[in-house]
Amino acid sequence: MSGTETTGMPAPARRAPGARLLPGAAASEGIEAVLLSALALLVAFLLFGVFVAVQGHDPVAVHRTLWLGAFGTRFSIENTLTLAAPIILTAMATLIPARVGLLVIGGEGALIMGGLGAVLAGLALAGLPGLLGALLCCLAGALAGALWLALAGALKHWRGVNETIATLLLNYIAIAVMLHLVTGPLRDLAVPIKAQSWSIPEAFRMGDIPGWSVHWGLLIGVAVVACVHVLTRHTVTGFSMAILGGNRRAAQMAGLDIGRLTLLACALGGAAAGLAGAIEVVAVHGAASESLVVGFGYTGILVAFLARQNALAVLLVALIIGGIAASGGLLQRRFGMPDAATELLQGMIFLCVLASNALAGRLLPGRR
Amino acid sequence: MEGALGWWGVLIAVLGGAVRVSTPYLFVALGETLTERAGRVNLGLEGTLVLGAMTAFATSVLTGSPWLGVLAAGIAGLGLGALHAVICNLPRVNDIAVGIALFVFGTGLAFYLGKDFIQPRAEMLPGLALGTWSDIPAVQSALEISPLFLLGMALAFFLSWALRRTRWGLLLRMAGENAEAGRALGLSVPRIRLAATAAGGFLSGIGGAFLSLDYPGNWNEGLSSGQGLMAVALVIFARWEPVRCFWASLLFGGATALGPALQTVGITSGYYLFNAAPYMLTLLLLVWASSPRETLAGAPRELSISR
Repeated sequence: MSGTETTGMPAPARRAPGARLLPGAAASEGIEAVLLSALALLVAFLLFGVFVAVQGHDPVAVHRTLWLGAFGTRFSIENTLTLAAPIILTAMATLIPARVGLLVIGGEGALIMGGLGAVLAGLALAGLPGLLGALLCCLAGALAGALWLALAGALKHWRGVNETIATLLLNYIAIAVMLHLVTGPLRDLAVPIKAQSWSIPEAFRMGDIPGWSVHWGLLIGVAVVACVHVLTRHTVTGFSMAILGGNRRAAQMAGLDIGRLTLLACALGGAAAGLAGAIEVVAVHGAASESLVVGFGYTGILVAFLARQNALAVLLVALIIGGIAASGGLLQRRFGMPDAATELLQGMIFLCVLASNALAGRLLPGRR
Repeated sequence: MEGALGWWGVLIAVLGGAVRVSTPYLFVALGETLTERAGRVNLGLEGTLVLGAMTAFATSVLTGSPWLGVLAAGIAGLGLGALHAVICNLPRVNDIAVGIALFVFGTGLAFYLGKDFIQPRAEMLPGLALGTWSDIPAVQSALEISPLFLLGMALAFFLSWALRRTRWGLLLRMAGENAEAGRALGLSVPRIRLAATAAGGFLSGIGGAFLSLDYPGNWNEGLSSGQGLMAVALVIFARWEPVRCFWASLLFGGATALGPALQTVGITSGYYLFNAAPYMLTLLLLVWASSPRETLAGAPRELSISR
């Protein structure tokens, strides 16, 4: 690889980190990022259209159904929002470490550990008032996720272990630990059909936002995104992270504590994904089981890249990707498509987004 | 039968499993070695493996020839590998991220197109029965060797030689060690990497063919348990050397076979943890082999993960 492509974070890494603080540059960079992502989405939808046409479906009808399943009715919007909630949070597991130049793909493992943490806290704290219990479950989940990914950060900093490979392995180890616990020590034998852990107390379960059948996790996700945005763009720590992500040598020269920033970025990312797992337990399943392993972590990676590692953009992108996932069922019923259709579309989008990075800095005139 | 053999049964099952389970590891690891020695990381080989498995199975169902299936799987893998290389040859595109995208794309494509092939039975690859001298069924089944295993073994030794001793191997290593020098000689580094990544995809596709046409020998969506991802770590463990990839594949295969083998003697409690043994092994080895000061020994210098 040549020197320009370092850790895979798109264009900003090439410029001096301070350059993005200039208002004009930031605005123009933002417009370009939006254009690039929109273009990539468009190309991906076109390619998907060609693919389904080859399969003998009417591409226009398929796309109309995609829209209908994602945003067409109140039911589908609620469905989309419910699916967007966890992937907003798992996207942070890739996004925050990306600020310090790390490519972390461990959102899936951190989510599972978060779910386990929430279950353990829920079982231990039975008897507390409902709201306090739910809150502590979420905190325990975030803590478990934070520790899980901080492990990868520590290995990176002190042992030089590649963080991408390490977090990938940690995903599989997390799944194994969870399955071990829910089939053995934590198994609720009263549920014969399926191996799942004991359920957390009913009082700790999180309800829906009044008037909607969307759980509170969505608003928690939005709040976390706001916090991450402030942290990365408006604090000294966030600026230090950007320096480290832009140029490691410069960060060393400036006397930044690289180990602390690395660990912090990984832990915060893990905390967000762990919170997603905790919310899945508290708001959806009530217990830990294989139902936690549905790929929210991997979808989060896609969302972070499509949002070009911008926290606020994650909200919009998560809606689009959540919408695609939500429309899978309708595509299946209307066209008899396999449920993998949405995964295929996500893969196409991912490839197009990455390829579109090649156009960065060339789309708008006068910015070279 | 296994019960009568007791712990010997476990040992035989682990050794037999090492041979049987190692084949997909071996092919993906060899493919990844070729790719990485040319200076690229392809994390998408898991997707290639799954697409290869589906293509091989479908081809075998439709034509009745498993060997044609192996070839088709290789060609499907070649396509995905070439796609990876072409996208990575664009400026400012990160190879690891493209790999993750190809992982999603490849599995999505395989599951979509493979939906119709979950039911039918395909013509399987014939095994070579090398254990007929023994009366013990466990030994016989352990020594039922796949021709693909022998092919992979031969390939490991051949590639090891070819990388060191042929002009082609030299060009590939130059692209991976010092792209600048390659460019100075007027070589097209992107084209070399394209060839290496496509060839790596071809081998991984064949690894997938083994999964669906030999062991476990069917097509379903849970066929691969991450062998394609683990192979990336395996290559690091083998320090980018094909023959060491062969030994490492055997070790990983044995580790994978441990959980099911222990189940046969009644140890079921840690089943899932034993299943995760290869992942933990890889992580421990990475921790042991890595160093914060220098890059991993034997790592191609142009590689993003060794920077």
